[in-house]
Amino acid sequence: MDIQRFAKKWLKPGRGSVIAMPYLWLGVFFLIPFFIVLKISFAEQDIAIPPFTSLMAYEEGFLNIKVNLSNFLFIFTDEFYFDTYISSLKVALVTTVLCLLLGYPIAYAIARTDPARRNVLLMLVMLPFWTSFLLRVYAWMGLLNENGLINTFLLWTGVISEPLQMFHTDFSLYLVMLYAYLPFMILPLYSHLVKMDVRLLEAAGDLGAKPLKAFATITLPLSRNGIIAGSMLVFIPAVGEFVIPELVGSSETLMIGKVLWNEFFDNNNWPMAAAVATVMVLLLLVPIAFFHRFETRELEGKNHV
Amino acid sequence: MTEAVVASSGAAKAAADQPYLKIAGIVKKFGDNFAVDNLDLEIQQHEIFALLGSSGCGKSTLLRMLAGMERPTSGKIILDGQDITQLAPYERPLNMMFQSYALFPHMTVEQNIAFGLKQDGLPKDEIANRVLEMLDLVQLRKYASRKPYQLSGGQQQRVALARSLAKRPKMLLLDEPLGALDKKLRQQTQLELVNTLEKVGVTCIMVTHDQEEAMTMATRIGIMSEGKLLQVGTPSQIYDYPNCRFTAEFIGETNLFTGQVVVDEADRVEIETAELGGRIQVSHGITGPKGMDVWASVRPEDVRIDIRPIAAGPNAARGKVKEIAYLGSFSIYHVILPSGKVVKSMVPANRWYEAGEQEPTWNDEVYVSWRADMPVVLTA
Amino acid sequence: MYNGNKLSPFLKGVLVVGFLFLYIPILSLIVYSFNESKLVTLWGGFSLRWYASLFENEQIISAVWLSIRIALASATAAVVLGTIAGFVSARFKRFRGSTLFAGMLTAPMVMPEVITGLSMLLLFISLQQLTGYPSERGFFTIWVGHTTLCMAYVAVVVRSRLVEMDKSLEEAAMDLGARPFKIFFVITLPLISQAIASGFLLSITLSLDDLVTTAFLSGPGSTTLPQVIFSKVRLGLNPEINALASITVLIVGIFVILANYLMLNSQRKRERAIAEAMRGDAPVLPSPPVGVEGMGRPGRA
Repeated sequence: MDIQRFAKKWLKPGRGSVIAMPYLWLGVFFLIPFFIVLKISFAEQDIAIPPFTSLMAYEEGFLNIKVNLSNFLFIFTDEFYFDTYISSLKVALVTTVLCLLLGYPIAYAIARTDPARRNVLLMLVMLPFWTSFLLRVYAWMGLLNENGLINTFLLWTGVISEPLQMFHTDFSLYLVMLYAYLPFMILPLYSHLVKMDVRLLEAAGDLGAKPLKAFATITLPLSRNGIIAGSMLVFIPAVGEFVIPELVGSSETLMIGKVLWNEFFDNNNWPMAAAVATVMVLLLLVPIAFFHRFETRELEGKNHV
Repeated sequence: MTEAVVASSGAAKAAADQPYLKIAGIVKKFGDNFAVDNLDLEIQQHEIFALLGSSGCGKSTLLRMLAGMERPTSGKIILDGQDITQLAPYERPLNMMFQSYALFPHMTVEQNIAFGLKQDGLPKDEIANRVLEMLDLVQLRKYASRKPYQLSGGQQQRVALARSLAKRPKMLLLDEPLGALDKKLRQQTQLELVNTLEKVGVTCIMVTHDQEEAMTMATRIGIMSEGKLLQVGTPSQIYDYPNCRFTAEFIGETNLFTGQVVVDEADRVEIETAELGGRIQVSHGITGPKGMDVWASVRPEDVRIDIRPIAAGPNAARGKVKEIAYLGSFSIYHVILPSGKVVKSMVPANRWYEAGEQEPTWNDEVYVSWRADMPVVLTA
Repeated sequence: MYNGNKLSPFLKGVLVVGFLFLYIPILSLIVYSFNESKLVTLWGGFSLRWYASLFENEQIISAVWLSIRIALASATAAVVLGTIAGFVSARFKRFRGSTLFAGMLTAPMVMPEVITGLSMLLLFISLQQLTGYPSERGFFTIWVGHTTLCMAYVAVVVRSRLVEMDKSLEEAAMDLGARPFKIFFVITLPLISQAIASGFLLSITLSLDDLVTTAFLSGPGSTTLPQVIFSKVRLGLNPEINALASITVLIVGIFVILANYLMLNSQRKRERAIAEAMRGDAPVLPSPPVGVEGMGRPGRA
C-alpha cells in the first residue's frame, strides 16, 4: 500500500547495502559477543592472559574439545547463586511496583495539567534524567548517611534521639532504585495518558460513573500499554543493576550484577562471570522478547493509523 | 440513448483513434484479496475522468498503480503509446496531486513548485520562468516565499496543484483533490479547479468518494465497486440511465421496485410489482424474456404527490405520509404504501401554493405517481 | 487528557511530593558543594574551595576530556548508524532477517550493562587472539561499546518520528522525479533533523554517564569521568564530587531549559502563522451557531 512496498520492488540493490551497515555493526558488536560469552562460560579459569583455557586444543594430530560444565553445575547447585538470582528478581520486581505506584499519579497529574505548564513539568522530569546517573546515586549517599541530612534533620526536630541506620540497608537500596528508575516509568506512562481523550471520562461521568470508578474502568485499561512499556523499561535493567547495590545497598542483599562484577574484577574468574551472564540472559530472554514484541506491535499500530 | 456506455465493451472500439490512456486487464492482489479486479479503461486526451466509489473500492489503488507507487499483479498501462507498467514513479511522465497535498514543509511555495523541475535538470532561468507561470496560474505570486504552514487550506491546495502541473505532465492524477477542505470551501474550489485544469488542457484522472464533486468536475465518470468498474459515462448518462442498482443508488437517491416483466412491446414495457401493488409502465422498451426479474428505478424528483384521488392505473398508488424533511426550497416526503414499501418524493416548496392546495402532513392520505418516461429498468 | 479544569488537590499534592523527591537530593548536592568542611554533611560555612581544588585535580580534568572526546565520537557514529537503522526499521518492512534486526535494536536498551560490557570485552579479547587487533583496550573499544548502546536509542527516536511522518511526502518527491537516494537526503533527512538532533544529545549524555560498560572496555590509561567518580565515591563522600555534580547540573540545566525555550518559541510562532493563514479562508466560512458546542456537554453529575 505504500512506500515500503515500493522500496521493496524497485530498490533492491541499494537497499541491501543500506540495511547491511547497521545490521553488520549490531551483529558483530552485539549479537556475536553473546555466543563468545557462551563459549567462554564452558572454559576454565587459568593463570594466563587472557585468564581462561581455550576449548579447542590441537594435540598430536587430534583436535580436542574440552567443555567444562563445572561453572553451570556450580551455579545450579550452590545455594548462593540461586538465592542471588531470586533476590535480584525480587529487587527488580519491588522496584517496578514502587515506580508504578509513584510514577502513575505523577504521569497522570502532568497529563491533566494545561498544555502550557505541561511542557515545564515534563522538562522537570527529564532534567534529572539528563544529569549523571552516578551523581544522582551519590546524592543519596549524602542524605542517607548516619550523619547525613535526613538524620541531622530528624535529630534536630527531636523526632528521633539516635541516628537511624538507613544507609546500606534494603530501605536505602529500594529508595535509590526507585529514584533512579522513576523517569523511565513516568515518560511512557505520560505519553500514553496524554493522548487519551478526556471526553471518554466525561462520558463515563455522564453515564453515572463516580471519578474513581471511571478511573478504574476507563483510564487504567486504556493506559495498559504505557504500564507495560514502563514496567519493562524498569524491570529488565534493574535485574542486572550493579552501581546502586554497590554504593547504597546492604552487603547482605545479593544482586546478580554485583556477583558478576566481583567474579570478573575481583576474582578474575572470567569463565564464571560468563556463566553467570549466560544464565542471566536466559532469565531475561522472556521479558525482553515480550517487550520487543510489544514495542513492535505498538509501532505497527501507529503505522496503520 | 437507452444503453449506457460500459467500460468493458470498450475493447470492441475501432482502432481508428488510439486512446490516450489505455488500462488493460489490470489486476492488483493484496494477499488473497483483489483490490482491483481485471479492469479495463480507456481515456481520451483532455478528458477529466473521475473514479467514483466508496472507500475500499479499489479506486485509490488504481490511481497509485497509474502513479507507479503500486505495481500491478498483472495487466498493462499504456500512456500515449508508451507502456509505463514497469516504470518507477520517477520515470513516469505523469504527476499526482496528493490528498494531503504532501507539500514539503521545509521548502517555500516557490521551492515546492520548482522541486520537480529541478529533478529534470532544467536550466535555472527556465525553472524560474516556469515557477512564475505556475504561481500566476494559481494566483499565488505574492505567497511565493511563504512556507506551506503559513498558507490556508485552499492556498495549500493550489500550491499542490501548481507543483503537480509544473512539469507539464502528460496526465494529472488527483487523489481526493478537495477532500481536505471543508464543505463550503469545497464547492467554491471545485469550479475554480476545473477552470484551471481546462485552461491548462491537461488530461486528468481524479479519485473521489464525493458524487457531487465528480458530477461537477468530470467530463466522464467511472463508478467503482469491489475492484470493478460498474459503469462509465458522462454525469448525465450515469444519473439518467444507471445500468445497475448499485449505480442507481450510489448516484443520487432513488426508489427501487422489484418485479417481473409482464408486457414487453416496442413502445412500452410493463412490470408487475407487489411493492407498488400494481404495474409500472415504462415508455421506452427493454428486451428480455417475459417473467424476468427486474428492478425499476424512479428518482424522488420524478415522483409527484397529490392529495386528491387520481385516476387508477399504472405508475400510481395510494399511501400515507410517514415522514417529511423540510430542506428549504424543497421537501422530501416519505410515503408508505399498503405493501409497506416507502416511496420518497421530492416536492418543490411552491408546489402546494401554486396548486392552491393545503399541504399534506403526517398520516395524511396521498397519491403518488410518475410519468411513464421516468422509470429506468435495471436487470442487474 | 487536559479538560480545562484545574488539578484536584490530590493531584497537586502528588506533583509536589514527586518533584520534591526528584529534586531534594540534587539540591542538597549543590548546597553542600559550597561547604567549607571536608566532612560533606557537616556545615562549616560557605566556601568555593572545592571548586578550586576540583579544577586543580588533574586526574579529574583529564578524565573529563577523555569522556568528552569519547562522547562526541560515539554520538557521531551512533547518529549515523542509528538514523540508518531507524530508517530501515520504519520504512523497509520485511526483509530477510528483519525480526533479528529489530530484536538487536531493542535489546541493547534494556539489557543489563554488566552483560553487554562483559560480552563486548570477551569479543575484543577473542578478536585480539585471532587477529592481534585491537592490541589493547582503550579509546577505540569504549567508542565501539558506546556507539552500539547509543545507536539503539537514536534508532528508536528516529523510527518513531518516521512512523508518524506523512509518507506521501516521500511519495510526492518520487512522483516529481526524485530518486530514492536523493529523496532521503533532500526530503526525509531535513524532516527528521530534530529527531536526529535529540538522538545526538541523548547519545552524548548516555556516553558521558556510562560506567559499567566502560569499566569492562577501558584499559590502563583510559579512565573516563564516571570511573573516576565511582572510584572516589566508593570510598565515601567527597566534596570535590559535590562541586563536580553542581557544575554538571548547571550545564545540563541551562542546556535543557534553553532547548525547551527555543522549541516552545518556534512552536508558538508556527501556531500563530497557521492561525493567521487559516483566516485567509475565513470569509467563505459561516460562523458556527453560538452555543451549540457547549450544549451536549456531559458532566452534570
